[in-house]
Amino acid sequence: MTIEPSAVDLDSRTAVGPEAEGGSAPSGADGRLLVIIPAWNEEETLPDVIAEVRRTGPQWDILVVNDCSRDQTSVLAHRAGVTVLDLPINLGVGGAMRAGYKYAQRHGYDYTVQLDADGQHDPAAIPDLLAAAGAGSNIVIGARFAGKGDYRARGPRQWSMRFLAAILSRLTGVKLTDTTSGFKLCDRRAIGLFAVDYPAEYLGDTLEALVIAHRAGLSVAQAPVAMRPRAGGSPSHSPLKAAVFLGRAFFALLIALSRPTRRLARSIP
Amino acid sequence: MSGYWFALALCLVLVVSLIQLLRRRRIREKYVALWIVVALAVIVLGAFPDLISGLARLVGVQVPSNLVFSVALLFLLIVCVQLSVAVSALEERTRTLTEEVALLRAEQTADDQPDETPDPADA
Repeated sequence: MTIEPSAVDLDSRTAVGPEAEGGSAPSGADGRLLVIIPAWNEEETLPDVIAEVRRTGPQWDILVVNDCSRDQTSVLAHRAGVTVLDLPINLGVGGAMRAGYKYAQRHGYDYTVQLDADGQHDPAAIPDLLAAAGAGSNIVIGARFAGKGDYRARGPRQWSMRFLAAILSRLTGVKLTDTTSGFKLCDRRAIGLFAVDYPAEYLGDTLEALVIAHRAGLSVAQAPVAMRPRAGGSPSHSPLKAAVFLGRAFFALLIALSRPTRRLARSIP
Repeated sequence: MSGYWFALALCLVLVVSLIQLLRRRRIREKYVALWIVVALAVIVLGAFPDLISGLARLVGVQVPSNLVFSVALLFLLIVCVQLSVAVSALEERTRTLTEEVALLRAEQTADDQPDETPDPADA
Protein backbone atom coordinates (compact mmCIF):
# COMPACT_ATOMS: atom_id res chain seq x y z
CA MET A 1 0.00 0.00 0.00
CA THR A 2 2.92 2.33 0.40
CA ILE A 3 4.11 4.30 -2.55
CA GLU A 4 7.08 2.70 -4.14
CA PRO A 5 9.92 4.81 -5.44
CA SER A 6 9.14 3.52 -8.86
CA ALA A 7 10.48 4.69 -12.17
CA VAL A 8 7.11 5.05 -13.76
CA ASP A 9 6.43 8.77 -13.73
CA LEU A 10 6.82 9.48 -17.38
CA ASP A 11 4.42 7.09 -18.99
CA SER A 12 0.70 7.40 -18.63
CA ARG A 13 -0.18 8.09 -15.08
CA THR A 14 -3.67 6.70 -15.43
CA ALA A 15 -2.25 3.27 -16.02
CA VAL A 16 0.07 3.58 -13.10
CA GLY A 17 -2.12 4.80 -10.31
CA PRO A 18 -0.89 6.37 -7.15
CA GLU A 19 -0.11 3.08 -5.56
CA ALA A 20 1.48 1.13 -8.32
CA GLU A 21 1.54 -2.38 -7.09
CA GLY A 22 4.64 -3.45 -8.95
CA GLY A 23 3.07 -6.85 -9.40
CA SER A 24 3.91 -7.80 -5.85
CA ALA A 25 0.61 -8.29 -4.12
CA PRO A 26 -1.74 -10.49 -6.05
CA SER A 27 -4.94 -8.48 -5.94
CA GLY A 28 -8.34 -10.01 -5.23
CA ALA A 29 -9.48 -13.18 -6.83
CA ASP A 30 -10.42 -11.44 -10.04
CA GLY A 31 -9.14 -7.92 -10.36
CA ARG A 32 -8.08 -4.74 -8.64
CA LEU A 33 -10.36 -3.45 -5.98
CA LEU A 34 -10.60 0.06 -4.61
CA VAL A 35 -12.21 0.73 -1.26
CA ILE A 36 -13.73 4.20 -1.37
CA ILE A 37 -14.30 5.83 1.99
CA PRO A 38 -16.30 9.05 1.84
CA ALA A 39 -15.47 11.01 4.97
CA TRP A 40 -16.88 14.17 6.43
CA ASN A 41 -15.53 15.13 9.86
CA GLU A 42 -14.68 11.54 10.75
CA GLU A 43 -11.34 12.03 12.47
CA GLU A 44 -12.33 9.82 15.39
CA THR A 45 -13.15 6.68 13.47
CA LEU A 46 -11.32 7.00 10.17
CA PRO A 47 -7.83 5.78 11.20
CA ASP A 48 -9.30 2.62 12.72
CA VAL A 49 -11.40 1.98 9.65
CA ILE A 50 -8.36 2.34 7.38
CA ALA A 51 -6.31 0.05 9.59
CA GLU A 52 -9.07 -2.53 9.61
CA VAL A 53 -9.41 -2.49 5.83
CA ARG A 54 -5.66 -3.01 5.52
CA ARG A 55 -5.73 -5.93 7.91
CA THR A 56 -8.63 -7.53 6.09
CA GLY A 57 -7.42 -7.05 2.57
CA PRO A 58 -3.82 -5.91 2.19
CA GLN A 59 -4.15 -6.21 -1.58
CA TRP A 60 -6.96 -3.64 -1.82
CA ASP A 61 -6.27 0.00 -2.52
CA ILE A 62 -7.92 2.60 -0.34
CA LEU A 63 -9.23 5.99 -1.39
CA VAL A 64 -10.51 8.46 1.18
CA VAL A 65 -12.71 11.18 -0.26
CA ASN A 66 -12.51 14.01 2.23
CA ASP A 67 -15.70 15.98 1.74
CA CYS A 68 -14.33 19.33 2.90
CA SER A 69 -14.02 18.29 6.55
CA ARG A 70 -13.24 20.92 9.13
CA ASP A 71 -11.40 18.54 11.42
CA GLN A 72 -8.26 16.44 11.03
CA THR A 73 -9.83 13.91 8.66
CA SER A 74 -7.63 14.85 5.73
CA VAL A 75 -4.43 15.03 7.76
CA LEU A 76 -5.04 11.65 9.34
CA ALA A 77 -5.85 10.08 6.01
CA HIS A 78 -2.68 11.48 4.42
CA ARG A 79 -0.70 10.31 7.42
CA ALA A 80 -2.12 6.82 7.02
CA GLY A 81 -0.60 6.78 3.56
CA VAL A 82 -3.77 6.19 1.58
CA THR A 83 -4.77 8.17 -1.48
CA VAL A 84 -6.90 11.14 -0.55
CA LEU A 85 -9.24 13.21 -2.66
CA ASP A 86 -9.68 16.54 -0.89
CA LEU A 87 -12.84 18.14 -2.17
CA PRO A 88 -12.53 21.92 -1.90
CA ILE A 89 -16.32 22.24 -1.58
CA ASN A 90 -18.63 20.07 0.50
CA LEU A 91 -20.66 17.97 -1.92
CA GLY A 92 -22.39 15.40 0.27
CA VAL A 93 -22.03 11.64 0.13
CA GLY A 94 -23.26 11.36 -3.44
CA GLY A 95 -20.89 14.06 -4.60
CA ALA A 96 -17.96 12.50 -2.80
CA MET A 97 -18.76 9.11 -4.26
CA ARG A 98 -18.96 10.35 -7.82
CA ALA A 99 -15.52 11.86 -7.40
CA GLY A 100 -14.40 8.47 -6.11
CA TYR A 101 -15.91 6.66 -9.07
CA LYS A 102 -14.17 9.07 -11.43
CA TYR A 103 -10.90 8.26 -9.73
CA ALA A 104 -11.57 4.52 -9.97
CA GLN A 105 -12.49 4.81 -13.62
CA ARG A 106 -9.41 6.81 -14.55
CA HIS A 107 -7.15 4.42 -12.74
CA GLY A 108 -8.72 1.38 -14.26
CA TYR A 109 -10.05 -0.39 -11.22
CA ASP A 110 -12.18 -3.47 -11.71
CA TYR A 111 -14.21 -3.08 -8.54
CA THR A 112 -15.03 -0.42 -6.00
CA VAL A 113 -16.56 -0.85 -2.59
CA GLN A 114 -18.08 2.05 -0.75
CA LEU A 115 -17.28 1.85 2.93
CA ASP A 116 -18.54 4.30 5.53
CA ALA A 117 -15.91 6.08 7.60
CA ASP A 118 -17.89 5.62 10.79
CA GLY A 119 -17.06 1.95 11.06
CA GLN A 120 -20.58 0.79 10.39
CA HIS A 121 -19.52 -1.40 7.49
CA ASP A 122 -17.37 -4.44 8.17
CA PRO A 123 -14.63 -4.86 5.56
CA ALA A 124 -14.64 -8.57 6.31
CA ALA A 125 -17.84 -8.74 4.25
CA ILE A 126 -16.13 -7.48 1.09
CA PRO A 127 -15.17 -10.99 -0.12
CA ASP A 128 -18.86 -11.91 0.10
CA LEU A 129 -19.71 -8.94 -2.10
CA LEU A 130 -16.96 -9.91 -4.53
CA ALA A 131 -18.30 -13.44 -4.70
CA ALA A 132 -21.75 -12.15 -5.54
CA ALA A 133 -20.27 -9.91 -8.24
CA GLY A 134 -18.39 -12.89 -9.62
CA ALA A 135 -21.73 -14.58 -10.04
CA GLY A 136 -22.56 -11.96 -12.65
CA SER A 137 -23.91 -8.85 -10.98
CA ASN A 138 -22.77 -5.34 -11.74
CA ILE A 139 -23.74 -3.96 -8.37
CA VAL A 140 -23.86 -5.83 -5.09
CA ILE A 141 -25.48 -4.25 -2.06
CA GLY A 142 -24.27 -5.27 1.36
CA ALA A 143 -27.68 -5.61 2.91
CA ARG A 144 -29.02 -5.68 6.40
CA PHE A 145 -32.23 -7.53 7.23
CA ALA A 146 -31.13 -10.38 5.01
CA GLY A 147 -30.38 -12.99 7.62
CA LYS A 148 -27.02 -11.85 8.93
CA GLY A 149 -26.50 -9.55 11.83
CA ASP A 150 -28.90 -8.40 14.46
CA TYR A 151 -29.45 -4.85 13.34
CA ARG A 152 -33.14 -4.11 13.45
CA ALA A 153 -34.94 -0.97 12.52
CA ARG A 154 -38.14 -0.53 14.41
CA GLY A 155 -41.50 1.05 13.97
CA PRO A 156 -42.27 3.48 11.16
CA ARG A 157 -38.73 3.55 9.94
CA GLN A 158 -38.76 -0.19 9.46
CA TRP A 159 -42.04 -0.03 7.57
CA SER A 160 -40.81 2.64 5.23
CA MET A 161 -37.58 0.77 4.56
CA ARG A 162 -39.56 -2.37 3.80
CA PHE A 163 -41.86 -0.45 1.55
CA LEU A 164 -38.97 1.05 -0.43
CA ALA A 165 -37.31 -2.35 -0.62
CA ALA A 166 -40.50 -3.86 -2.00
CA ILE A 167 -40.77 -1.23 -4.72
CA LEU A 168 -37.16 -1.58 -5.80
CA SER A 169 -37.29 -5.37 -5.65
CA ARG A 170 -40.20 -5.28 -8.02
CA LEU A 171 -38.42 -2.91 -10.33
CA THR A 172 -35.16 -4.79 -10.49
CA GLY A 173 -36.66 -8.25 -10.31
CA VAL A 174 -34.30 -9.21 -7.49
CA LYS A 175 -35.24 -9.48 -3.87
CA LEU A 176 -33.66 -6.53 -2.09
CA THR A 177 -34.06 -6.01 1.62
CA ASP A 178 -31.94 -2.94 2.21
CA THR A 179 -32.08 -0.34 -0.51
CA THR A 180 -30.69 2.51 1.57
CA SER A 181 -27.46 0.73 2.42
CA GLY A 182 -24.34 2.59 1.41
CA PHE A 183 -22.23 -0.56 1.50
CA LYS A 184 -22.04 -1.25 -2.21
CA LEU A 185 -19.73 -2.98 -4.63
CA CYS A 186 -19.58 -1.85 -8.25
CA ASP A 187 -17.89 -3.47 -11.19
CA ARG A 188 -16.39 -1.72 -14.20
CA ARG A 189 -19.68 -1.05 -15.93
CA ALA A 190 -21.24 0.39 -12.81
CA ILE A 191 -18.15 2.50 -12.13
CA GLY A 192 -18.34 3.89 -15.65
CA LEU A 193 -21.98 4.77 -15.19
CA PHE A 194 -21.65 6.26 -11.71
CA ALA A 195 -18.58 8.29 -12.67
CA VAL A 196 -20.92 10.27 -14.89
CA ASP A 197 -24.32 9.99 -13.31
CA TYR A 198 -24.50 9.75 -9.55
CA PRO A 199 -27.00 11.96 -7.76
CA ALA A 200 -25.80 14.20 -4.96
CA GLU A 201 -29.24 14.73 -3.47
CA TYR A 202 -30.58 13.21 -0.28
CA LEU A 203 -31.06 9.46 -0.83
CA GLY A 204 -29.94 9.99 -4.40
CA ASP A 205 -26.80 7.98 -3.80
CA THR A 206 -28.77 4.94 -2.68
CA LEU A 207 -32.31 4.74 -4.02
CA GLU A 208 -31.96 6.81 -7.15
CA ALA A 209 -28.59 5.31 -7.99
CA LEU A 210 -30.21 1.88 -8.05
CA VAL A 211 -32.90 3.13 -10.39
CA ILE A 212 -30.29 4.70 -12.65
CA ALA A 213 -28.29 1.48 -12.69
CA HIS A 214 -31.33 -0.62 -13.45
CA ARG A 215 -32.33 1.67 -16.27
CA ALA A 216 -28.84 1.51 -17.73
CA GLY A 217 -29.25 -2.22 -17.93
CA LEU A 218 -27.02 -3.14 -15.02
CA SER A 219 -27.89 -6.04 -12.77
CA VAL A 220 -28.22 -5.56 -9.04
CA ALA A 221 -27.80 -8.20 -6.36
CA GLN A 222 -27.40 -8.20 -2.63
CA ALA A 223 -25.26 -10.06 -0.17
CA PRO A 224 -26.33 -10.33 3.45
CA VAL A 225 -23.98 -8.53 5.82
CA ALA A 226 -23.92 -7.74 9.49
CA MET A 227 -23.71 -4.05 10.25
CA ARG A 228 -22.26 -2.65 13.37
CA PRO A 229 -23.80 0.17 15.30
CA ARG A 230 -22.45 3.53 14.33
CA ALA A 231 -19.63 4.74 16.51
CA GLY A 232 -21.43 7.98 17.22
CA GLY A 233 -25.06 9.03 17.13
CA SER A 234 -28.01 6.75 16.87
CA PRO A 235 -30.59 6.39 14.12
CA SER A 236 -33.72 8.13 15.15
CA HIS A 237 -36.95 6.30 15.65
CA SER A 238 -39.27 9.23 16.00
CA PRO A 239 -42.40 8.78 13.89
CA LEU A 240 -42.19 12.30 12.54
CA LYS A 241 -38.67 11.84 11.25
CA ALA A 242 -39.64 8.49 9.79
CA ALA A 243 -42.52 10.15 7.99
CA VAL A 244 -40.26 12.83 6.60
CA PHE A 245 -37.79 10.16 5.56
CA LEU A 246 -40.45 8.17 3.77
CA GLY A 247 -41.84 11.25 2.10
CA ARG A 248 -38.48 12.33 0.78
CA ALA A 249 -37.55 8.81 -0.25
CA PHE A 250 -40.81 8.34 -2.05
CA PHE A 251 -40.44 11.66 -3.80
CA ALA A 252 -36.87 10.84 -4.83
CA LEU A 253 -38.00 7.49 -6.16
CA LEU A 254 -40.90 8.98 -8.05
CA ILE A 255 -38.70 11.56 -9.73
CA ALA A 256 -36.07 8.95 -10.51
CA LEU A 257 -38.60 6.65 -12.10
CA SER A 258 -40.25 9.34 -14.16
CA ARG A 259 -37.00 10.77 -15.44
CA PRO A 260 -36.24 10.39 -19.09
CA THR A 261 -33.51 7.81 -19.51
CA ARG A 262 -30.24 9.51 -20.11
CA ARG A 263 -28.13 8.40 -22.96
CA LEU A 264 -25.64 5.90 -21.72
CA ALA A 265 -22.15 7.11 -21.07
CA ARG A 266 -19.97 6.27 -24.00
CA SER A 267 -17.18 5.23 -21.73
CA ILE A 268 -18.96 2.09 -20.61
CA PRO A 269 -17.26 -0.83 -22.28
CA MET B 1 -51.86 63.41 -14.53
CA SER B 2 -49.01 63.42 -12.01
CA GLY B 3 -49.35 59.64 -11.56
CA TYR B 4 -48.74 59.28 -15.26
CA TRP B 5 -45.41 61.07 -15.18
CA PHE B 6 -44.46 59.26 -11.99
CA ALA B 7 -44.93 55.85 -13.64
CA LEU B 8 -43.05 56.95 -16.71
CA ALA B 9 -40.16 58.25 -14.60
CA LEU B 10 -39.95 54.91 -12.75
CA CYS B 11 -39.66 53.06 -16.04
CA LEU B 12 -36.90 55.34 -17.20
CA VAL B 13 -35.01 54.83 -13.94
CA LEU B 14 -35.30 51.09 -14.46
CA VAL B 15 -33.92 51.23 -18.00
CA VAL B 16 -31.06 53.53 -17.04
CA SER B 17 -30.02 51.42 -14.06
CA LEU B 18 -30.10 48.27 -16.19
CA ILE B 19 -27.87 49.83 -18.78
CA GLN B 20 -25.60 51.01 -16.01
CA LEU B 21 -25.31 47.48 -14.62
CA LEU B 22 -24.57 46.21 -18.08
CA ARG B 23 -21.90 48.84 -18.65
CA ARG B 24 -20.17 47.89 -15.43
CA ARG B 25 -20.35 44.24 -16.39
CA ARG B 26 -22.41 43.31 -13.36
CA ILE B 27 -24.93 41.51 -15.56
CA ARG B 28 -24.19 39.66 -18.73
CA GLU B 29 -26.07 40.93 -21.71
CA LYS B 30 -27.96 37.71 -22.29
CA TYR B 31 -29.73 38.36 -19.00
CA VAL B 32 -30.10 42.10 -19.33
CA ALA B 33 -31.69 41.95 -22.77
CA LEU B 34 -34.82 40.45 -21.30
CA TRP B 35 -35.18 43.18 -18.72
CA ILE B 36 -34.59 45.95 -21.19
CA VAL B 37 -37.35 44.56 -23.37
CA VAL B 38 -39.63 44.53 -20.33
CA ALA B 39 -38.69 48.06 -19.37
CA LEU B 40 -39.29 49.34 -22.89
CA ALA B 41 -42.65 47.61 -23.01
CA VAL B 42 -43.59 49.21 -19.71
CA ILE B 43 -42.56 52.62 -21.00
CA VAL B 44 -44.62 52.23 -24.14
CA LEU B 45 -47.65 51.01 -22.19
CA GLY B 46 -47.16 53.75 -19.61
CA ALA B 47 -46.99 56.42 -22.24
CA PHE B 48 -50.04 55.12 -24.08
CA PRO B 49 -52.42 53.62 -21.51
CA ASP B 50 -55.09 53.21 -24.19
CA LEU B 51 -53.08 50.34 -25.61
CA ILE B 52 -53.71 48.31 -22.46
CA SER B 53 -57.42 49.08 -22.44
CA GLY B 54 -57.66 47.93 -26.01
CA LEU B 55 -55.69 44.80 -25.29
CA ALA B 56 -57.82 44.02 -22.24
CA ARG B 57 -61.00 44.33 -24.28
CA LEU B 58 -59.48 42.09 -26.93
CA VAL B 59 -58.72 39.21 -24.55
CA GLY B 60 -61.82 39.74 -22.45
CA VAL B 61 -60.41 41.15 -19.24
CA GLN B 62 -62.79 43.67 -17.67
CA VAL B 63 -60.34 45.75 -15.63
CA PRO B 64 -57.27 46.62 -17.73
CA SER B 65 -54.93 46.80 -14.74
CA ASN B 66 -55.73 43.17 -13.92
CA LEU B 67 -54.36 42.19 -17.29
CA VAL B 68 -51.12 43.99 -16.46
CA PHE B 69 -50.93 42.30 -13.06
CA SER B 70 -51.54 38.79 -14.30
CA VAL B 71 -49.12 39.12 -17.19
CA ALA B 72 -46.50 40.55 -14.83
CA LEU B 73 -47.01 37.72 -12.31
CA LEU B 74 -46.74 35.07 -14.96
CA PHE B 75 -43.65 36.68 -16.36
CA LEU B 76 -41.94 36.87 -12.96
CA LEU B 77 -42.84 33.26 -12.27
CA ILE B 78 -41.25 32.12 -15.50
CA VAL B 79 -38.12 34.14 -14.76
CA CYS B 80 -37.87 32.57 -11.28
CA VAL B 81 -38.16 29.06 -12.63
CA GLN B 82 -35.61 29.85 -15.30
CA LEU B 83 -33.21 31.11 -12.66
CA SER B 84 -33.68 27.90 -10.64
CA VAL B 85 -32.77 25.93 -13.73
CA ALA B 86 -29.71 28.10 -14.26
CA VAL B 87 -28.64 27.69 -10.62
CA SER B 88 -28.98 23.91 -10.88
CA ALA B 89 -26.81 23.91 -13.96
CA LEU B 90 -24.24 26.01 -12.14
CA GLU B 91 -24.26 23.62 -9.20
CA GLU B 92 -23.59 20.71 -11.52
CA ARG B 93 -20.71 22.66 -13.02
CA THR B 94 -19.16 23.49 -9.66
CA ARG B 95 -19.58 19.86 -8.69
CA THR B 96 -17.68 18.70 -11.74
CA LEU B 97 -14.98 21.30 -11.19
CA THR B 98 -14.70 20.34 -7.53
CA GLU B 99 -14.16 16.73 -8.54
CA GLU B 100 -11.54 17.68 -11.07
CA VAL B 101 -9.67 19.87 -8.60
CA ALA B 102 -9.61 17.04 -6.06
CA LEU B 103 -8.46 14.54 -8.67
CA LEU B 104 -5.72 16.86 -9.88
CA ARG B 105 -4.51 17.49 -6.35
CA ALA B 106 -4.35 13.77 -5.65
CA GLU B 107 -2.44 13.24 -8.86
CA GLN B 108 -0.01 15.95 -7.89
CA THR B 109 0.73 14.42 -4.49
CA ALA B 110 1.13 11.05 -6.15
CA ASP B 111 3.67 12.59 -8.50
CA ASP B 112 5.49 14.44 -5.77
CA GLN B 113 5.89 11.66 -3.31
CA PRO B 114 8.33 9.45 -5.22
CA ASP B 115 10.62 12.47 -5.43
CA GLU B 116 10.59 13.01 -1.71
CA THR B 117 11.83 9.57 -0.76
CA PRO B 118 15.23 9.51 -2.50
CA ASP B 119 16.28 12.70 -0.80
CA PRO B 120 20.10 12.57 -1.01
CA ALA B 121 20.08 12.29 -4.78
CA ASP B 122 18.14 15.53 -5.12
CA ALA B 123 20.29 17.75 -2.94
